[in-house]
Amino acid sequence: MTEVSFKLDDKVYTGKKGEPLAAALLRNGLISITNSTYHDRPRGIFGLGVEEPNVLVQLVSGNMESMIPATVIEVAEGLAARSITGVGSLPELPDESKYGKINHYVDTLIIGAGIAGLTAADEHLKAGREVLLIDDQNGPGGHLRHLGLELPSYITEVLTHQNLNYRKRCTAIGLYDQNYVVAIERKDPNSILNNKQALIRVWHIRADHIVLAPGAFQRPLIFANNDRPGVMLSHAASTYVALYKVNIFKKAVVVTVDNQGYRDAIRLHQSGIQVEGIYDARSESSGSSVDAVKAAKIPIHFSSTVLDTIGNEDGTCKAVIIQNLKTKERFHIDADLLAVSGGWTPIVDLATHIAIKPQWSQEHAAFIVNENNDKFKTAGMLAGDFEDDDDPLLFFGPELDHEQARSAYIDLQRDSTLYDLRRAVGAGLNSIEHIKRYTTIGTAHDQGKTSGMLTIGALCQLNKEVSPAEIGTLSFRPPYIPVPFAVLAGRERGELHDPVRITPLHGWHVESGAIFEDVGQWKRPWYFPKPGEKMEEAVRRECIAARNGIAIMDASTLGKIDIEGADAAEFLDRIYTNMFSNLPVGQCRYGLMCKTDGIVFDDGVTTRLGKNHFLMTTTTGGAARVLAWLEEWLQTEWPDLKVYCTSVTEHISTIALVGPKSRQLLQELVKDIDLSKDAFPFMHSRAGTIDGIPVRIARISFSGELAFEINVAWAYSLYIWKRLWAHGKQYDLTAYGTETMHVLRAEKGYIIVGQDTDGTQTPYDLNMSWIVSKKKEFIGKRSFQLSYLKAKGRHQLVGILPEDKNEVIPEGAYITVQNASVDSSGRTPHIGFITSSYYSPELGRSFALALIADGLNRMGELVAIPLGKKQMKALICDAVFIDKENTRRD
Amino acid sequence: MLYIPCPHCGLRNETEFHYGSEAGVAYPDPNTVSDDEWSKYLHIRANPKGWLAERWLHFAGCGRWFNLWRNTITHEIGPAYLPFTKQPSSPEVIEKEDPNI
Repeated sequence: MTEVSFKLDDKVYTGKKGEPLAAALLRNGLISITNSTYHDRPRGIFGLGVEEPNVLVQLVSGNMESMIPATVIEVAEGLAARSITGVGSLPELPDESKYGKINHYVDTLIIGAGIAGLTAADEHLKAGREVLLIDDQNGPGGHLRHLGLELPSYITEVLTHQNLNYRKRCTAIGLYDQNYVVAIERKDPNSILNNKQALIRVWHIRADHIVLAPGAFQRPLIFANNDRPGVMLSHAASTYVALYKVNIFKKAVVVTVDNQGYRDAIRLHQSGIQVEGIYDARSESSGSSVDAVKAAKIPIHFSSTVLDTIGNEDGTCKAVIIQNLKTKERFHIDADLLAVSGGWTPIVDLATHIAIKPQWSQEHAAFIVNENNDKFKTAGMLAGDFEDDDDPLLFFGPELDHEQARSAYIDLQRDSTLYDLRRAVGAGLNSIEHIKRYTTIGTAHDQGKTSGMLTIGALCQLNKEVSPAEIGTLSFRPPYIPVPFAVLAGRERGELHDPVRITPLHGWHVESGAIFEDVGQWKRPWYFPKPGEKMEEAVRRECIAARNGIAIMDASTLGKIDIEGADAAEFLDRIYTNMFSNLPVGQCRYGLMCKTDGIVFDDGVTTRLGKNHFLMTTTTGGAARVLAWLEEWLQTEWPDLKVYCTSVTEHISTIALVGPKSRQLLQELVKDIDLSKDAFPFMHSRAGTIDGIPVRIARISFSGELAFEINVAWAYSLYIWKRLWAHGKQYDLTAYGTETMHVLRAEKGYIIVGQDTDGTQTPYDLNMSWIVSKKKEFIGKRSFQLSYLKAKGRHQLVGILPEDKNEVIPEGAYITVQNASVDSSGRTPHIGFITSSYYSPELGRSFALALIADGLNRMGELVAIPLGKKQMKALICDAVFIDKENTRRD
Repeated sequence: MLYIPCPHCGLRNETEFHYGSEAGVAYPDPNTVSDDEWSKYLHIRANPKGWLAERWLHFAGCGRWFNLWRNTITHEIGPAYLPFTKQPSSPEVIEKEDPNI
């Protein structure tokens, strides 16, 4: 392998390209690398992969990823990292790296490219399926790879099969219903460190078949000072020494509960390390690995285990204290490497994501998952397919006194000890989920990959009555490994985070200095400030123009639904509370719709374009909801009705021309419609042209002023707007935004569904009994007879006049009766709240709309609005503040 | 992420659909129904632990409403069927009837 140089904590080291950073650090003699998060104890490399709890680094190159185990990140030229103490920090600059995303459908997904996964791949390929094989290592083979063994030839053939897509460095992070998997794939760091390619790619995979073969983690044992640098999982230790040629250790002690310890002892021995002995908690052992150990003359001691370790000044392992489990006899052995084999813990995490309960297997001393159905299968160690002669003993460590328990770590990353666990149990906690939360075991970056099973084991030792089967595993949730948020976000950041909907006039609004507000995904002009103008000043100017001169607004975002068919009129009668079948062609009507429970759902003006043809408008935010609602009734209740609904929101642009001078201006541009009061009455609609462009003009007013709404094809909208604008200069035509629209409509007491209603108002509560037809059936009508919709005390819409004319009450403020007393619970009961609140230039004062209990019967009542230490007074009044006689609209 | 068989478009991801409500809840005749029965129609649903026939809207596809058997515990998806067609048996019933499954 190529030698490359990299930096850790600003020091330059050399390593071999592609090996784990952990291996390079060890080879460079770094046994103690970092200090633990809470107890500040020296720690070194402990594991071999994502289970590593101790040595996390933060990249200071590439995408500056904040917490990666040194066992996972590969050595590459130019790699620069710093060691961290438990917690990384986000880089100060935004992450400019690109991240990719792939949606993938495949016949078979295999998770894990160990022997089990590769064998499954072979089967599925032979069955003619396309196979996606993902594995988190940078090469195939799983344990074989760690052992440095060549892959069998049938496996190498699998890897070159044309129907196999093998992705290395690709980790499944979540398993979901119906064989859906999310995985992240890291690119080769050697190719991406210094450029801006996508570093990590997210895969969204749907597979007909899944074979889950993730393998297993080796687990440690619980003993005093088990966290010293130099104490390692035996499989990790032997792999670093034998495969990655780490030659910094001299004398090793192997402590084991299974034959894995023997296999690792042989590897250490063969690599030139003096193995002082194998201390096996079992009382006997047999198998080929045991024979090999005997042949190598490595001493084997049964019924013995490690009790404690002794450290050098820097905390690294100097000696091991062994205890005979039968005689309790203790003795020291000098060793700088303590290799621990506590049995295997199959990786059940992903299986538990889809609520599979792992089964306890006494034979394996582990939880396994043995699923085997047509679509989903487990394989390898997860399914209990352990090496033949493993023969593990269910053993988690010797008995420890309280003092020893204080340094007997269960979760190395959280610095949670056996002592902490005993305290949790002593406090009365017995569920593993509660113990997890009390001790924080399993809550760190590694999510308990090495500590989860130890916790279960320690609980069994504390209470000999219970078995692991009764305790069960912790619940694992996605993601299986930590994933930077930037990866999940992918390209959907900033402007691409959410789709933005704009009208054809958007560019004009931008050029004209509009300040925008978001209404759903729409960008709508909020107000159009002149240079130096504040919001209140701009809104005041816009309001005055609309009420006294002429103003123009882009209302194109209004939801529009084209409704056609022989039964369209009948359909609208059933949907709206008021009658539409008697609406003459060429006229418009305001309609209110309720859900079956009688609660107001949406409103808007619908125009009858022909006998069987209507154009419905909905609230800007309600368009999709309303269309779904209409379709639900048509498709599931009234299939006999011949009605077709089509969303035309983005086909028709709407421009509102408002104010006393609007007729004059518009008439000068529209030659083919007589706009006079008598020829074109309120709530009528006419088709005509402006400069030859077809328009449909309606006398609809959302302000109470004389107003025209001009509907025009989306593509011609900008032309018409510009034409009106240019022609309107002589009239001081003023563009206005949604804030002014709100002031104008609130002055007239026109509601916004969702702002002036809170999902509990009937039309009656809104003082709109006039819109509820007595003659026909419609959705929600039956509910008006229910006692609770007729009861007293319902929140009803009223107007509010603050005593202080210049003070605008905050929207949402609670309203109480005057001189309200504090009740026994220390609270002042409220009678309602403010829904809309503005300053009205027309009225020369502030005003508001509110929902108040029995509000319609409280006209003229003085109420209080407590605002922190301040209290405002206000008068309840009718919700219509101007032109109650509706004279201005003509 | 559920994988839902739209009767018109085939298997699609859950994100293309909107959940409606329990399927097959009859709309009572408002003129004859009692307050009590009407309230039940409005607010009371079976909400079972297990198989439930539900209404779904394929809003990002064909825009059609359809019915679907879904297991509320295991998230298994059963057969989908169109409104006003014969409802297929609950998968649970099928399991019980067919000794081979």
